[in-house]
Amino acid sequence: MALITFTNKGIFCKQGGFYIDPWRPVELAVTTHGHADHVKWGNKGYLCHELTKPVLLQRLGADIPIQTLPYNQEISINGVKVSMFPAGHVIGSAQIRLEYKGEICVISGDYKVEYDGISTEFEPVKCHTFVSESTFGLPIYKWQPQHEVFGQIKNWIEDNHEQQKTSVLVAYSLGKAQRLIKNLADYTDIYVHNSIANLNDGFIRAGVDLPETIRITPDIKKETLQKGIVIVPPALADGKWMKSLQQAATGVCSGWMQVRAGRRWRSADAGFALSDHADWPGLLSAIKATEAEKVFVTHGFVSTFSKYLNEIGIASEEVVTRYGTEDDEEETILKEAQN
Amino acid sequence: MRRFTQLIQQLETSNKTNDKIAALVSYFSTADELDKPYVVAMFTGKKPRRPVTTALIREWAIELSGIPTWLFAECYHSVGDLSETIALVLPPPSRTTDRKLHEWIGDLAQITSKTDAEKKDFILDAWDSLNTQERFIFNKLISGNFRIGVSNKMLVNAISKQSDTESNKIMHSIMGKWKPGEITYKELIAGAHVNTDNSWPYPFCLAYALEAEPASLGGTDEWQAEWKWDGIRGQIVKRNGELFIWSRGEELVTDQFPELHFLKDELPDGTVIDGEILSVKDGQVQAFSVLQQRLNRKTINKSQLKDAPIGFYIYDLLEFQGSDIRTAPLSERRKLLLEIAGQLSNSDIAVLSPVIEFTDWEELAEIRKGSRENNSEGIMLKKLSSFYHSGRKRGDWWKWKINPYTVDTVMIYAQKGSGRRANHFTDYTFAVRDGEQLITVAKAYSGLTDKEIKEVDAFVKKNAIEKFGPVRTVKPELVFEIAFEGIAESKRHKAGLALRFPRIARWRKDKKAAEINTLDDLRQLLASTLS
Repeated sequence: MALITFTNKGIFCKQGGFYIDPWRPVELAVTTHGHADHVKWGNKGYLCHELTKPVLLQRLGADIPIQTLPYNQEISINGVKVSMFPAGHVIGSAQIRLEYKGEICVISGDYKVEYDGISTEFEPVKCHTFVSESTFGLPIYKWQPQHEVFGQIKNWIEDNHEQQKTSVLVAYSLGKAQRLIKNLADYTDIYVHNSIANLNDGFIRAGVDLPETIRITPDIKKETLQKGIVIVPPALADGKWMKSLQQAATGVCSGWMQVRAGRRWRSADAGFALSDHADWPGLLSAIKATEAEKVFVTHGFVSTFSKYLNEIGIASEEVVTRYGTEDDEEETILKEAQN
Repeated sequence: MRRFTQLIQQLETSNKTNDKIAALVSYFSTADELDKPYVVAMFTGKKPRRPVTTALIREWAIELSGIPTWLFAECYHSVGDLSETIALVLPPPSRTTDRKLHEWIGDLAQITSKTDAEKKDFILDAWDSLNTQERFIFNKLISGNFRIGVSNKMLVNAISKQSDTESNKIMHSIMGKWKPGEITYKELIAGAHVNTDNSWPYPFCLAYALEAEPASLGGTDEWQAEWKWDGIRGQIVKRNGELFIWSRGEELVTDQFPELHFLKDELPDGTVIDGEILSVKDGQVQAFSVLQQRLNRKTINKSQLKDAPIGFYIYDLLEFQGSDIRTAPLSERRKLLLEIAGQLSNSDIAVLSPVIEFTDWEELAEIRKGSRENNSEGIMLKKLSSFYHSGRKRGDWWKWKINPYTVDTVMIYAQKGSGRRANHFTDYTFAVRDGEQLITVAKAYSGLTDKEIKEVDAFVKKNAIEKFGPVRTVKPELVFEIAFEGIAESKRHKAGLALRFPRIARWRKDKKAAEINTLDDLRQLLASTLS
C-alpha cells in the first residue's frame, strides 16, 4: 500500500493519519513552509520546522496549535517515522521524510539547490518516492550564481543613486525579502514594508541571524528612503504609496524575470532573475540525488517536466494540487498590509 | 555589440516614450560610427537577406542544447520568441568577444553564400562567444525581425534631437533608398542620398479618430468631407520618368499593381499623389476582402487581375511640378490636383476621390449612415486650410468612422500569449452557436485590461477541460462581444466565413452562453455585404 495518496484535501498519509500541506481543513497538517499556497487556516493541528512556527503564528493567528521539529530529528506518528530536512527554499522550509516498514517517501514542498546565505542549505534525501515541484521546470530556466545577480542588483542601485532615484526592490515578504536583506545589508540601509518587518521580527526572536532593517513608517522622509533601498511585496508594487515616492525605480526579483515577456508583464524598470525555486539543472540534480523509483510532479510545468523525466528513465507522474498559485501569497500579503 | 545589447535592454525595460528616446539619443551619441546606420536600418525594418534558414538555426540549437525537439517546442511556447528561446536553452559560452555590431552583420552577409556546414561552424562559434542577452541580439540579426517597440516616429524624433535636425528631413532621409554599409550616419542625417533618389516618398499625413460630435469642429464651410475608403493607403511618386508606388507600411509595391503603371506615361515628372489602393469593378469600390486577394503576392495571374481589378482613389497632391507643396492649404492643393487628374486618360482606374457635398453636420451624419453601401468605413473630415502634415497631428484631419460590426460569442479555447503576455492565457478563440454545436468564428488577443486578463486567466486555469499542447479547451461560459470591421467568405474556416480585425469589444458578464449569436446571423450579414 502506498505511503501517500493525492486526495481532494491534499497529500494524505493514510498509515500516519495526517496530511502534508493540505488545502482543506484536516486534523493534522504537516507543513513544508509558510507560503500561502502550502499552509491554510483551519487545521486542528500543525507540525512544522521550528523556524516556520513564527511565520504561522504571524499569518494564521497566535492561538493555533503548532508542534515543531528541528531538521534531522525523527518522531513517530501512528507508527510512521516523520522527519524534516532542509529544502533551501525559504527560512524554515523543510522536505518531509516519511518512513513506514522500510518504505521511504519525501515530500519536498518548494525547494532550491543553491545556498542563498540565509535559508538552511538544501539536502538531498534518498527515498523510494519523491514529490517534486516544477515551477521552473523548463530548460530555459538556468540561474546565474547568486553573487552575479547581486552584482547586477548593486550596479542598478548605484545607477539609481546617481540619478537621484529611489531603488524599490519587489520581493515576496517571506523568503526573497530575507534573502535580499542578508545579501545587501552590508552594502546599504534597507527600508522594509510592514509585512516584511513583522516576519523579520518573528525570525529574529526565533534566533535567526538576520541583519537589522528599518520599518517604513509615515514619518520617514522620502529623501531618506532615496539614500537606501526599499523592499516591498509584489502586491504593493503598483500601489498609491509607491506613486508617492520620489522617482521610484522598481526592480522585480523573481525567476520569471529570466524571460523578456516576464519582465515586460510586470512592467518594472528592471528585472532580476533571482528565484527561490530550483532551476532546470537544479530540479534534475535534486531528483537524481534522491535515487527515487517514482517521482510525483506537483506544480509548475507539470506535464512537460514529468514527460521529460519519463523519457530519461525516471518513472514520473503528474498530480493535480493547489500549490503554485502565487495569487494566494499575494492575497495574504495584501491582508497583512492592511493590518 | 555590447553597447547595442545595452540599448535593447534599456528600450525593453521602459514603457515610457521619453525614457526610450533618451536611451536612443544616448546610443546615437556614443555608439560606434559604423554601427549606427545599421541600427537605423534595423529599426526601420530594412532587412538584409536571411543568411540561414530558421529551420537550420533551430535544429543546431536543439542539437547543441541536448534536449528533445518536443521540449524545445514547449520552451518556445512559454517564451514566445524563437531567438530568445535559443539564447536561453544553449549551454553557457566558453569565452567573450568585443566584436562590433556592424562586423557581425558583415559576417552574416558573408556566410549567405557558404555551405550549410560552414554556416553551422560560424553560428556555433558565435554562440559560444556571446552571453544570453548578446545571443538573443545575434539571433535577431539572423532573423531580421527586430520588433522592439520603437516606431519610425520615435526613432526619427530621437535622431532629430540627437543631431539637432528637423524631424521632417530625418523622416525623408530614412524612408528613402539607402544601404547601411554604403552611407555614414552623418550622411544619413544630412539626407545626402535622397536628392539623387527619384523614389523617395513623403511621410503620410494621418488622421485621428473623431470621438466628439462633428459640430464641435465649428462651421461646415471650413471643412472638406470625403469617404474613408477601406483599402491600402498609397503614395504614387513620378519623377524623372520613373514611377514608384509606396504603401503606408513604407514598402515599395509598384510591381504588385500593374493596372496603375499607365500613370508612368501620364503623370508629369515631379508629381506625388496620395490616395487609396482599392479593388474597383465597374466603377464600384469592392469590399476589402476582394482587395485582399491581391495583397502580398509575388506573382499575379490572369484570374486575379480579372476578379480583383485595382483602382487608385486620389486624395491629395504633395508634389507639383517638382516642388513640395505640402504647406499649401488643402483647398489650393485640391485645385492643382483637379488639374492633374483631369489630364489622365483612364479616369476609371485613377479616380479623384469625390468630395461629399453637405450643408450642415446633421445632413453629413445622415450621409455617413450609408457608408457601408459603398464599402467605405465612414467619412474623412479635412480642414480646407490644413497643411499636409508628417504623421498624425491633432485638429486638422479627422476620421469619422462608422461603428464596427459586433457579435456576441462564447470563449471556447485559450492559449498563452507571446511576447509581453507569455505565461498568461491571453489568446482566446470564440464561437457562435450553430444548432446544437459551437463553431469557431474568431481569435482575438486584445481589448482586455491587464486586470481582466488576470481574471480570465484564473477562469481558464480552473475550467480547462482538455489540453492540446499550449491550448486549453475551456467550459463555454464566458461571453464576449467581438467587434470587427468586415466579413468575408472563407474556405479555410469551418464556419465558411472569416471576420476582419476581430477584437474584444466588451466582456459581457451580464450574458449567458445561451444568449450568444448564431452562425446564421453572420451568414445573413455576409450576404448583405456582397449584394
